[in-house]
Amino acid sequence: MKAAVIVFPGSNCDTDCFHALHSVMGISTEMVWHKDAVLPKVDLVVLPGGFSYGDYLRTGAIAKFSPIMDEVKKHAERGGLVLGICNGFQILLEAGLLPGAMLRNRSQHFICKHVWLKTESNQTPFTSILKPGELLNVPVAHGEGNYYCDDATLKSLQDGKQIIFSYSNEKGEVNERTNINGSRANIAGICNAKRNVLGMMPHPERASEPVLGSWDGKKLWESLLSQGGVVLR
Amino acid sequence: MTTVAVEKKITPEIIKAHGITTDEYNRILKILGREPNLTELGMFSVMWSEHCSYKNSKPILKLFSKMNAELPRQEQLLVKPGEENAGIIDIGEGWAICFKIESHNHPSAIEPFQGAATGVGGILRDIFTMGARPVLLMNSLRFGDLNQPMTQRLFKGVVAGISHYGNCMGIPTVGGEVYFDPCYEGNPLVNAMALGLIRTDEIVRGSATGIGNSVYYLGAATGRDGLGGAAFASKELSEESHEDRPAVQAGDPFMEKLLLEACLELLKTDAVVGMQDMGAAGLTCAGCETASRGNSAVEIDLKYVPRRETGMVPYEIMLSESQERMLVIVKKGRESEVERIFEKWDLHAARIGEVVPGHDYIVKDNGKIVAQIPAKALADDGPVYIREEQRPAYLNETAQLDLAKISEPKDFGATLLKLLGHPSIASKAWVWEQYDHMVRTDTVLYPGHDAALIRVKGTKKGIAVATDCNSLYVYLDPRRGGNIAVAEAARNVACTGARPVGMSNCLNYGNPMKPEIFWQFHQSVLGLIESCKALEIPVTGGNVSFYNESPQAAVFPTPTITIVGLLDDIENRVPSSFQNEGDLIFIVGETKNEIGASHYLMVEHGLQKGVPPELDLIREKKLQNFLIAAAAQKQVNSAHDTSEGGLAVALAECCLKSSKGLGAVIDGLELIRNSDLREDALYFGESQSRVVISVNASKKESVIRLAMDHDLSILPLGKVFGRELVMDKLQVPVTQLKSVFDSAIPNIMDGGLSS
Repeated sequence: MKAAVIVFPGSNCDTDCFHALHSVMGISTEMVWHKDAVLPKVDLVVLPGGFSYGDYLRTGAIAKFSPIMDEVKKHAERGGLVLGICNGFQILLEAGLLPGAMLRNRSQHFICKHVWLKTESNQTPFTSILKPGELLNVPVAHGEGNYYCDDATLKSLQDGKQIIFSYSNEKGEVNERTNINGSRANIAGICNAKRNVLGMMPHPERASEPVLGSWDGKKLWESLLSQGGVVLR
Repeated sequence: MTTVAVEKKITPEIIKAHGITTDEYNRILKILGREPNLTELGMFSVMWSEHCSYKNSKPILKLFSKMNAELPRQEQLLVKPGEENAGIIDIGEGWAICFKIESHNHPSAIEPFQGAATGVGGILRDIFTMGARPVLLMNSLRFGDLNQPMTQRLFKGVVAGISHYGNCMGIPTVGGEVYFDPCYEGNPLVNAMALGLIRTDEIVRGSATGIGNSVYYLGAATGRDGLGGAAFASKELSEESHEDRPAVQAGDPFMEKLLLEACLELLKTDAVVGMQDMGAAGLTCAGCETASRGNSAVEIDLKYVPRRETGMVPYEIMLSESQERMLVIVKKGRESEVERIFEKWDLHAARIGEVVPGHDYIVKDNGKIVAQIPAKALADDGPVYIREEQRPAYLNETAQLDLAKISEPKDFGATLLKLLGHPSIASKAWVWEQYDHMVRTDTVLYPGHDAALIRVKGTKKGIAVATDCNSLYVYLDPRRGGNIAVAEAARNVACTGARPVGMSNCLNYGNPMKPEIFWQFHQSVLGLIESCKALEIPVTGGNVSFYNESPQAAVFPTPTITIVGLLDDIENRVPSSFQNEGDLIFIVGETKNEIGASHYLMVEHGLQKGVPPELDLIREKKLQNFLIAAAAQKQVNSAHDTSEGGLAVALAECCLKSSKGLGAVIDGLELIRNSDLREDALYFGESQSRVVISVNASKKESVIRLAMDHDLSILPLGKVFGRELVMDKLQVPVTQLKSVFDSAIPNIMDGGLSS
């Protein structure tokens, strides 16, 4: 398996993703500059967290115009895997690869802490080794992670089982009290209809080693490595 | 003689408006051999302000360098204080650390969000200017009484500003400290600290050398923001200070992130001779300091300086403190190489001049000389004053504390909860959850432990950092308060198992022209030095902030200390909270009948009186050596020092911060008691050099032996057990301790715990 991490100006989790994929998981990974017009032949493209273009205009709104994004879209259309984390998720929304939009957190504060995620679907290449309902302890770090979509979109996400992670507590309860940022239906991560593009606000790369206090995020990388149903290029 | 353009005749009023004294003006006349023009006068005024020249503090600060020279392990100090933008310490395996703490108090008082944000921006530039990659941020914040709406506004704005800048830069803010005391009403302290990692063979100097080399201006365009900010920081805040708002700069962390990446990429090319950020005193400071360090002359032409406003005159361009700007000295002939990097990062870059023969800083505007000043005179030869000192009269009054008149609490449990709910002691999660404290995936001990700890990828090493200053101690006894500030910060670092290797300070005081204030300053610095010497910790640098006074009074003297420690193997780290049910709890160190200057006295009895606890530096050193040895031998499962709130608060914190909400049964207090010891001193007194540790039952004998080998008192207190904290005079469920501790600040700031 090969991976690419896209570096936008203002990305700041790019080296963290590289470290988790390459140094921890041993996946051959390269960093790709956003101005590059060609995407190397890879199975997985990661859009990392950060503040691309300083979050000017709207989060992710300018990054979608970066030259590399055309290639990322083509990669997704070909069925290649795309994972957007945090600001990467925001870019996927702006680029139209996933539906919905992000609002300021309900508290109006930036929130950085470990949260519990409930696995709503293991039917993606990113979650294939997880058990349905499995709880993951993974950190979030965002100011605008309050996922919003209209009723019709929400229904289609629910009907298509495209909600992959939701904010819960350690007992697996998903309700308003466990909704850290005001997201619709406690949504922490969604995929597209083809299930090859995943966007999530929590940071699995920050929970991939015991020394960091949690390694639940590693299960996403392990899922990708132990591919069942989905054939990697 | 050079012909320098004269825009306006200098009058005594203009001189006075620049805060320049008659003596200083005569000195300028002597240096130039002629009258300065307005631009030159402005340049002198900012460079000779306290903020840039340390004219009132230099004679005292020299004592730090003198102390350093007497310490062992000199070779570890690669860059000494004052030599460059930040000191550098060798940590082995080719790595070095570069760190510094600086104040941004006055801007934050006027405009808390931008003031704090640009404080973070400034300290980060000091680090990456040296070629180091910043890997962590910390801060030390002081505000007035949190129940005041004005304080809440400042607190909220400062935290949001730090969060905005640090988060966007992708550098974790791993901790810090926040205290609330009415003395900071209207004059908050905002001290920002940054630490960077650098290869020892890649250190960059901020100097301009090599005639013909190009001087580049890199980063944001110059505007009128922050005009004369350094001079502004050098006067007391008054009711009219709000009119100084244009002197507060506006920050753009995205621009700084690009600058950071571009600068570190530039340094890989070896085309760069020197680099200097444009912080306080902007282009004036960067130009004259690089020339002075390089023992050379720098000539620039302002027509090339990118501007964001029209009609700016040389005076404004030279004094602007617009943020996110760097001066880079590039080897002749290598210009296109560096320009490619600037372009990659879409950064403004302009070649504004070059290194020329001589020793002057020459500023032209469209070819016409508008300022020409010997660089050294501006940068290093400012006036130095020895200020008058006098022991403040208040000390006679505050030292009187009649213990017989202090009644013991009726309900020790209630007093404990009161202390835990005091905003200075209560959980600061409301603060640090707004900071991205995990980005870079190196943070191993999160905020809330005695010290923060990060790993160094590719090695086994860990770097521990703590900031500390109990300013009430310093107010009540500057010398001992200074002693304790260093000792406690070092103890916090040692609790994680790390060995303290360097200290940086940010010295915040009132108006130094007042003899009482200067006495506080001098005495507390002597205190800091005594501790550093005894604990063998070199000082890598510091920053002085005077004039921290509101219309009411000066702030408590607040020498904020940052201690950095080195842990050889990150796997040996020690957390501060209890880990396992059944572990035995010990107290190491002696408990004395001391309640003076304590938070207990303040919170329970409303008194800020008495003298701070005694500190025996030899004993302190033994305690820290014990902690380091215990960690290396994996003898202890947790270590937490007793500070504000004493033993009871320390034990409560060990319980409520444990992930499982573990309780403790403390049945060994009888071993500490003696006929001289009051019960409130036993529970809440702040005797120094004490640590609460928890150990596996099987390690009981060996840990006692280790403590005794270090000539320390060690007493068994009880064990980790259940879900309550039980001591002779109190029994409180950990959930209740935690609820009071966690909700105190959110209750005030958000009207209750949010998600």
